[in-house]
Formats: sequence, structure tokens, C-alpha cells
Amino acid sequence: MQEMFKILFSVILIDNLVLSRFLGVCSFLGLTKDLKNSMGMSVAVIFVMLVSTAITYPIYSSLLAPYGLGYLQTVVFILVIAATVQVLEAVIRKTMPPLYEAMGIFLPLITTNCAILGVMLINIQESYSFVNAIMNSLGAGLGYTLAMFLFVGVREKLETADIPDAFKGLPSTLTAASILSVSFMGFSGVIENLFG
Amino acid sequence: MAKNKKSLSYELIKGIVKENPLFVLVLGTCPALAVTTSAFNGLGMGIAFTFVLIMSNVVISALRKVIPDSVRIPAYITIIASLVTIVEFLLKAYTPELDQSLGIFIPLITVNCIILGRAEAFANRNGVLASIMDAIGMGLGFTLALLLMGSLREILGFGTFFGINMPWIREGGLRPIGILALPAGGFAVFGVLVAVFNKMNHRWYSRKPDDIMDRRNYPGSISARTDSPFISAESASAGTEAIAIAEGSVPESMTEPGERSLSSGERK
Repeated sequence: MQEMFKILFSVILIDNLVLSRFLGVCSFLGLTKDLKNSMGMSVAVIFVMLVSTAITYPIYSSLLAPYGLGYLQTVVFILVIAATVQVLEAVIRKTMPPLYEAMGIFLPLITTNCAILGVMLINIQESYSFVNAIMNSLGAGLGYTLAMFLFVGVREKLETADIPDAFKGLPSTLTAASILSVSFMGFSGVIENLFG
Repeated sequence: MAKNKKSLSYELIKGIVKENPLFVLVLGTCPALAVTTSAFNGLGMGIAFTFVLIMSNVVISALRKVIPDSVRIPAYITIIASLVTIVEFLLKAYTPELDQSLGIFIPLITVNCIILGRAEAFANRNGVLASIMDAIGMGLGFTLALLLMGSLREILGFGTFFGINMPWIREGGLRPIGILALPAGGFAVFGVLVAVFNKMNHRWYSRKPDDIMDRRNYPGSISARTDSPFISAESASAGTEAIAIAEGSVPESMTEPGERSLSSGERK
């Protein structure tokens, strides 16, 4: 139990998906212009992350690993993610229209979001148990959401700031991301002391 | 793009400054930020990436008449993932320490926007030779960009270059700026370099990077995926030339990272 929470919180705060592992940076930079879109994307990422972990983990541990096919993981995982996204989109559209309304348009974008494949690979690499792998995926999704949420606020302020010409647009955004990343560095050590 | 055919040498050099995939097109940011803590890692990642890009461009341009249009994206992803697995094996066998330090970012080459983008934008429409040139150019641009970032972060962050101590950074003299080696420094260095390339492009080619970013040519990038209304409107008129990965429409308020809005009046 303690281990579960340790994984959950450390992946949200210390090993934050975007700010310290650099996964999903593309969507982080592209979608943080307004709150609604960024939250839609975040919900979709959490959802797909959990579902594809629940699918890829058993595939790896019961089909690939026992037969020495571990090297196929990249090919298998990316196909599973692509298929999952397609199926999920169809199912949600049919059964839960409000949820589809909120995140449907972001689902197709997720296939090539490196955060999903990255977290699947980390789960295997760290040899987590199934429950811990799910916790890691949940934490990664929540960490992504947190980073998105904070950064939307930062970018709103940046819009009105007076910036040198060459730094307008992406460079100033990246510099702000750097400062946000520094602030997350302050969390290191907190988890060890809490759960140590 | 298919109409005004450019020379092979143009395809080769355009990736270095004018269409630098990392600093101008802003694709493949994840590996670029994560692995450039040292010049050696940056170079290694660049070479592995270039190999995958060249091979995928060759395979896809050779098979472009065989793969049915409707399943081409899954087919490309499978081809790319297989090539990435080959590279992973090669790195494990010949440079185990590089494999260790790059970690999961080698399998993540699969979802690198640049490779899918080049497959869709170039290899899909051009012959094998031109595709190889394009891949070498883009790969060279990406490798040089990673090497530049890696060198800056290693020299300033650790005071070494390819593991060799810099003579002017030592005890009692200049000291390394530790933060540049951390994630925060990655974002900052990347930001500064993007600004420098903006300026260079503006001066040398007298155009803003916005004009070079061609949504239709980068379906793997955020721009194409978030600008699907734009694409679907175009594909309705231009036939099969443009496709939308995204089925649903996405609000137009979302644009490329770093892209300035069209209405800002700065365009030339």
C-alpha cells in the first residue's frame, strides 16, 4: 500500500512526466494556450494511459516475456495503443456522449503522443507489479494534467508581456517552462521523507 | 510541393538551417530535451535517429505504390517500429553504454513526429533517391541540432566536452553552471537556441519561420493534428494529397507551438 502511494506521488511531483522526463512535450507546448483544450487533452491522456496499461501489461507479462519475445515490445505496444485509441473513440462516442464531447477530439492525437508509449515502456523497465504499473500510469497522467494546468496560467500572463522580438512565441514559452521545471525541483526529497 | 521539384542538393542542405527540424519546425522535442545532457549522447541519438529516418524513407518510398492509401499510417508506424527495434539491437550490441544512457528514448524514436512527417510529406510522393537525400538532410539537421544542444549543456553544465575536461573551467576559476545539466536547463537552452535560429532564418532567408511551417507536410506534428479542420477542408478540394489523422474537428484556436497568429500583422 505504502509503495503504491510512493509511486503515485513521486511520479506526479518529482519525476513529473513533462517537466522532468520530457515526455509529451509536443502537446504540452501546443495545447496550453487555453484551459479548456488542455484539460480535454489531459483527461484523454489519463484515460488512454490507464486503459492501454491494463492491456499492454498482461500482453507483455503473459505473451511476450515467457516466450523470449521481449524485443517486440515497441512494435506490439504502438499497435496496441493505436488500436485502443480507435476502439475507445468508437465506444465512448456511442455510450458516453458527454465524455466524448469533452475529450473525443483529442483521442486521435494521442496515438503519436510519446507520453503513452513512454509510460508503457517505463512500467516494463522498472518491472512494476500490475497494481504498481496502474498507479504509475495514473500518477503520470495526473502529473501531466498538473503541469498543463499550471502552465496555462503562466502562458496567459506571457501573452501580455513585452518580450524582445526574437523571443516572441516559442522561445519565451520554453523559458517559462524552464522556470516551472525549477519550481518542481523543490519537491525532491519530500517523498522520501513522507514515505521513507 | 510535388510541382516545383527541387534539386537533390537542395533536399540535402535545406534541413540544416532553413528547415531545421528541431529549431525551426519544432518537431521531435521530447528526445531533444531529454538526451542532450552530454554531447556524446546528443550525437548518438542523432545518428540512431538518422539511420531510422533514412531506412524508413527508403522502405516507404519503395513501397509507396504497394501500400493502400487508407491504411498507410498504421503501415508506416509498423515499418518505423520495426526499424527502431533493429537500431535498439545494434546499439545494445556495439555501444552498451550509449544504450544505457539513452534508455527509453530509443524505442520512443518510433513516435518521433519527424519520421512520420517525412514519410507522409516526402517519401510518399518522391522516388527512392530523393527520399534518401531528404532523409540525410533532415537527419543531419537534427543531429547537428542535438550535438549543438548537447555540447552547450555539457560544456556549461559539467565543464567537459565529450568527457574531456575544459581547461578554463576548474577549481578556483570559472565554475560549471549545474542547472544547465538538469531538466530546467534543457528547456532554457532550447528556448535560447530557437530564438537564435528565428533570428538567423529571418536574416538569411528573409522570412519568418511561420512561412516555412507547412501544415500539410507535417501530419505527425501537433500543427497538422490540431489543425484538422484546415486539412479536411483542403483534402476535400485537393483530393488525396492531404489527409487528416484526426477524424473529428479541432478548434482553430490551437496552433503550432511557437506559431504566431496570422492576424498579428508581423508577416512579410
